[in-house]
Amino acid sequence: MIWLTWRQFRGQAWLACAALAVAAAALAVTGLHLAHLYDISGIATCHAHGICQTVANTFIDQAGAAYGVLFYGGIAVMYAVPAIIGVFWGAPLVSREIEAGTFRLAWNQSVTRTRWLAVKLALIGLAAMATAGLLSLMISWWASPIDQALPLAAGPNDHAVNRFTPLLFGAHGITPIGYAAFAFTLGVTAGVLIRRTLPAMATTLAVFAGALVTMSLWIRPHLITPLRATLALNPANINGVANASGGRLKITAFVNIPGAWMLSNQTITASGHTSVPATQACSPSGSFQTCNAYLGTLHLRQLVTYQPASRYWTFQWYEMAIFLALALALAGACFWRVRHGRLS
Amino acid sequence: MTVLESRGLGKRYRPRWALTDCTLSVPAGHVVGLVGPNGAGKTTLLHLATGLLAPTTGTIEVLGGEPAASPAQLARVGFVAQDTPTYAGLSVADHLRLGAHLNRGWDARVARDRIDRLGLDPGQRAGKLSGGQRAQLALTLAIAKRPELLILDEPIASLDPLARREFLQSLMEFTAGNQVSVIMSSHLMADLERVCDYLIVLVASRVRVAGEIGDLLATHHLLTGARRDAAAVPPDWQIISASHTDWRTTLLVRTSSPIDDPAWTVAEIGLEDLVLAYMSQAADPAPGRTPALEVQR
Repeated sequence: MIWLTWRQFRGQAWLACAALAVAAAALAVTGLHLAHLYDISGIATCHAHGICQTVANTFIDQAGAAYGVLFYGGIAVMYAVPAIIGVFWGAPLVSREIEAGTFRLAWNQSVTRTRWLAVKLALIGLAAMATAGLLSLMISWWASPIDQALPLAAGPNDHAVNRFTPLLFGAHGITPIGYAAFAFTLGVTAGVLIRRTLPAMATTLAVFAGALVTMSLWIRPHLITPLRATLALNPANINGVANASGGRLKITAFVNIPGAWMLSNQTITASGHTSVPATQACSPSGSFQTCNAYLGTLHLRQLVTYQPASRYWTFQWYEMAIFLALALALAGACFWRVRHGRLS
Repeated sequence: MTVLESRGLGKRYRPRWALTDCTLSVPAGHVVGLVGPNGAGKTTLLHLATGLLAPTTGTIEVLGGEPAASPAQLARVGFVAQDTPTYAGLSVADHLRLGAHLNRGWDARVARDRIDRLGLDPGQRAGKLSGGQRAQLALTLAIAKRPELLILDEPIASLDPLARREFLQSLMEFTAGNQVSVIMSSHLMADLERVCDYLIVLVASRVRVAGEIGDLLATHHLLTGARRDAAAVPPDWQIISASHTDWRTTLLVRTSSPIDDPAWTVAEIGLEDLVLAYMSQAADPAPGRTPALEVQR
């Protein structure tokens, strides 16, 4: 059965190897240069001199000018690869046999159909995980100088982009391994249930995209209870003063905890109110400086919830484990269907 | 020993029963023809026998075991599916390698000899083969695993007459030299007449008649005589069909007792006519004495 699986899969396997080799060559050349830029940027020793934000920003500007396309291209590839695996390795695996009727040939050799499916799922599933894992390893290594510099470059007045940012989180580290396993078994399941290759491919793509969006927007932030903190508000960080009901003002301000994933941020007064009384200083005719000076006298605080930078790998493991568990569940559904269902 | 034993076997595809109340006991050592019109349930019965389908009701045993339940059971049954599927992208040699890897009892010499004799190019992709060559390749795979029972689902339906003859010849050479039973289906009796010695007629999802062809021919008689009511015949006669003209009545009856009523002229019936008579029976006859479809001739 291993022979047949390999014989049917080897074309795609060689294609994957070739793509990985090309990616490795491109990333090695540019990655070494990027690492060199990082080394000479002085970020490694910036804490001693208190110039981290400046040097990190310089480095980010340099890296962005030279390799911005590659950085975002790498992210796109990391999301595309599991999707491609699901659509082109997973979806046709069984549905093509159903369409061509060849499962009737395969299932009448002296190998049970359970074993037939088990070998295919195991070998190609492992190949899928290896492909995504190797690529993620290369891209994560390549992007690591940028990932390290991003939290330092973000000033208190910037929206913090770091490796927790949903777009980056799923593209680096070990989550792509879980994505690949999930997308592959999702494709196989769609093929087993729908029994036609093209609709199975389309369904795989749609469900996979839906699962990633659902995960990153609604599930991932709650995997671990966020930390809560109450911080003194620095008036310089205020970025919004808006009228609230009852003649009061709502204040919004940036907050930056380096490398953390900010989930919520609320400005409260010393007595716990979420708004402050309106005043002449902050009327539309007043200036920003007088308003800020007035607000500075109120001893406002910021109530924030966030996931600290130290939890990054815990989140990576959780997310990979969740998608591996989903993949196992889907594989179980495939086995059940192949053993008890009617495929023709 | 029976090659196929079923009791009350039925298969339903949601609203429709493809096979109902199928009770069969097919002894070993025969070449069994499974005949019936298109859509009668032949493929369903064969898929149940190979374990590709699970029954909705009843039981089926093949060579004394549950179909496809284990590698050992799978090894005992060779199957050539309808339209003889092969992997279009794999070469003839790849198919033989597939057979060798997936069957412990694989006979590589038999497979190679057959491919040589058929003149197939081992490097040729199966997708490039003609229908007849593909059928022969599929038969080679089924034969070289050395099964005790070979099941063929309409193997020659899509072949041209020459390829049909060559295919049946291959099949006969194989069965002559081996202790093997064969069940093959067709919607045309003519395909099976030369090779089968056992017959199952399946019409509208029910088994109409099953038995050794010699016995069937010996117990079915075509009677002609003066016109009379078909009900007024001896109770052990099973009337398969009856037709009347103004003066004459023609009956096809099944009985094991001799026909000694001098009012009837007795003629033997050919296999093809016998099958046609069963195929044209009413859709749902009561068991036992069969009220026959009246055919005006």
